[in-house]
Amino acid sequence: MYSYSNFDADFVRNRVAEFRGQVERRIDGSLTEDEFKPLRLMNGLYLQLHAYMLRVAVPYGTLNGRQMRQLAYIAETWDKGYGHFTTRQNIQFNWPKLQDVPDILDALADVGMHAIQTSGNCIRNVTADHFAGAAADEIEDPRPTAELIRQWSTDHPEFAYLPRKFKVAVTGSPNDRAVTKAHDIGLRMVRNDAGEPGYEVVIGGGLGRTPMIGKVVRDFLPKADLLAYLEAILQVYNLSGRRDNKYKARIKILVHETGLDELRARIEEVFSRQQRLLGEVDPGIVARIDAGFTPPVWDTRPAPEAPVLDAGLRSFIDTNVVAHKQPQYGIVSVSIKPIGGTPGDATSAQMRVLADLAERYSHDELRISHEQNVILPHVHRADIPAVYAELRMAGLATANIGLVSDIIACPGMDYCALATARSIPIAQQISESFADLDAQRDIGPLKIKISGCINACGHHHVGHIGILGLDRAGVENYQITLGGDGTETATIGSRTGPGFAYDEIVPAVERLIEAYLDLREGPEEAFLATYRRLGLEPFKAALYGVEERADAA
Amino acid sequence: MTQVIDKTGFVADEWPEDGVELPFDALWTGQDLPIDQPLAVRFDIFANPENLAPWFDKVDMVVLPFGTSADGRGFSLARQLRQLGYTGLIRAQGHILVDQFRAALRVGIDQVAISDEQAQRNPEEQWQSVSLSEGYQTRLFAAE
Repeated sequence: MYSYSNFDADFVRNRVAEFRGQVERRIDGSLTEDEFKPLRLMNGLYLQLHAYMLRVAVPYGTLNGRQMRQLAYIAETWDKGYGHFTTRQNIQFNWPKLQDVPDILDALADVGMHAIQTSGNCIRNVTADHFAGAAADEIEDPRPTAELIRQWSTDHPEFAYLPRKFKVAVTGSPNDRAVTKAHDIGLRMVRNDAGEPGYEVVIGGGLGRTPMIGKVVRDFLPKADLLAYLEAILQVYNLSGRRDNKYKARIKILVHETGLDELRARIEEVFSRQQRLLGEVDPGIVARIDAGFTPPVWDTRPAPEAPVLDAGLRSFIDTNVVAHKQPQYGIVSVSIKPIGGTPGDATSAQMRVLADLAERYSHDELRISHEQNVILPHVHRADIPAVYAELRMAGLATANIGLVSDIIACPGMDYCALATARSIPIAQQISESFADLDAQRDIGPLKIKISGCINACGHHHVGHIGILGLDRAGVENYQITLGGDGTETATIGSRTGPGFAYDEIVPAVERLIEAYLDLREGPEEAFLATYRRLGLEPFKAALYGVEERADAA
Repeated sequence: MTQVIDKTGFVADEWPEDGVELPFDALWTGQDLPIDQPLAVRFDIFANPENLAPWFDKVDMVVLPFGTSADGRGFSLARQLRQLGYTGLIRAQGHILVDQFRAALRVGIDQVAISDEQAQRNPEEQWQSVSLSEGYQTRLFAAE
């Protein structure tokens, strides 16, 4: 794993001291709230519905046991004993006090962590495939690229006051687990015909109130040109992105209004200048980053061959463990979605269990996934029973990864000042109504994603079933979209029709799933495949009733 | 009216009284440029620095507008001017926070000019205490 250089450590420490000064100046009045706002946002501090919220960066979702243990310590020292893993691979603390935040940031710096650029109109924490460095289908580990981008984008003097936030994601696998097409910039590691490494560059993806799938602006960018090309995209966006309307300020709108070809021409023009002037990235820094991601020394014991007899363990392995690039290993996903729980919430005690397991069984590595789960990326198959047993004792062994109760939900009206509806209770009720894990396995792979407002933090547009909570004249109303997909075949879901009241939405989801079970050609046809084969109509009929519609007509 | 600040702290406005300050567009209207007096060019935020390149050696100061502290376009304009080879003075005028001062200096701005009202709220020592340590970008691109 990448460990901080002296420069990184000094930089983060200076930022904490700087923020401590800013908090003092805010309290003594020499900074107005308007002036303080972008500064606190750039240090991850939001003002929420009930309190401040601190969003801590977990760059590309990778952390070690010591870091996870420190998050546990922060949660119980300055918060209410839990943290919330987010869809940006970060962790949020929901109840810090303003005057404590500098101390929290110091505690983070002690373990090489920070909250820099986790919000604000700047280049945000870069995300990557949560199976990076472990996945069997990987061409190349995306994390050295992500780390290079982290360094380049941190405190970039030109790009700290952009028209709007800016998100970059990287994947090194053809199977896109990083939702790269829904980012301002998505990078897919590819090889050209000569076998040289590079990137396919996608721009202008995004969810929010105007969901758009990103477009390919460059088929092949040689690896060495990455930062010069990113500089070019960002400079064009900084100067040309709309600043008159925050809802039209993301680069996706610039792509849409300017046209991809025109924008590409402008980017290429700036790129040729940047390429000439910037020169190559210091090879010493590149080598140091690469060294941080050399694979661990693998345990060469063969995987056990005896069949697994314990039914609970067997379904855990079937559902939560996937193939590792080393055949004797497995990638273990730990579900932070217990039946009826809050998606993504973990207690300090659970974080410590995860830290222990990582240190003992996963080469001291953990990942946070954008689906709000925690990954033990390198577990030898012989150790899986022991890992499972400890997870069970900590209430972390729910075998529901990728199933109906593995729901993404934004914090919604329970925490968020922007929310127009509750999302967590909806997720809890759906999860409870499908509590039987065997029944969930029969339903098969199904991604339900819930957002509590039009800003779409719950990624509902790319849920197989997406739920959007709105406020209709003071009453919560939930719209359903179907057929969304966040992978390499990215698709925005289609709206089914009128929304449902708070007490109607869970039965509506149940009807959708019953309809799917009736319509599918067999258990091997997943929900999304059935939807693609049959389209919206039969699901609309299940939601709204065929007869009623005939009556109305 | 305004307070000029450079990396040493609050400084007197040393732009000479006989200096000529023209809006960017004036260069394109065929207006006679001063021969002996210093020339300053006032940018509007949509101006393209490349269009000033033919006059770079005649211009002593470029004034960039900073409408609000949330508008970061001036940082790109300054960096472009430097990358295109402009070596004269760059002044950022308007609403710039103490906390943006380091970034301003790093993209090639020499001085900022803020309102007296802001200068009272943000006294000289706040500007002087801004860290001028090098950033990630300087390290990454050893050549720049």
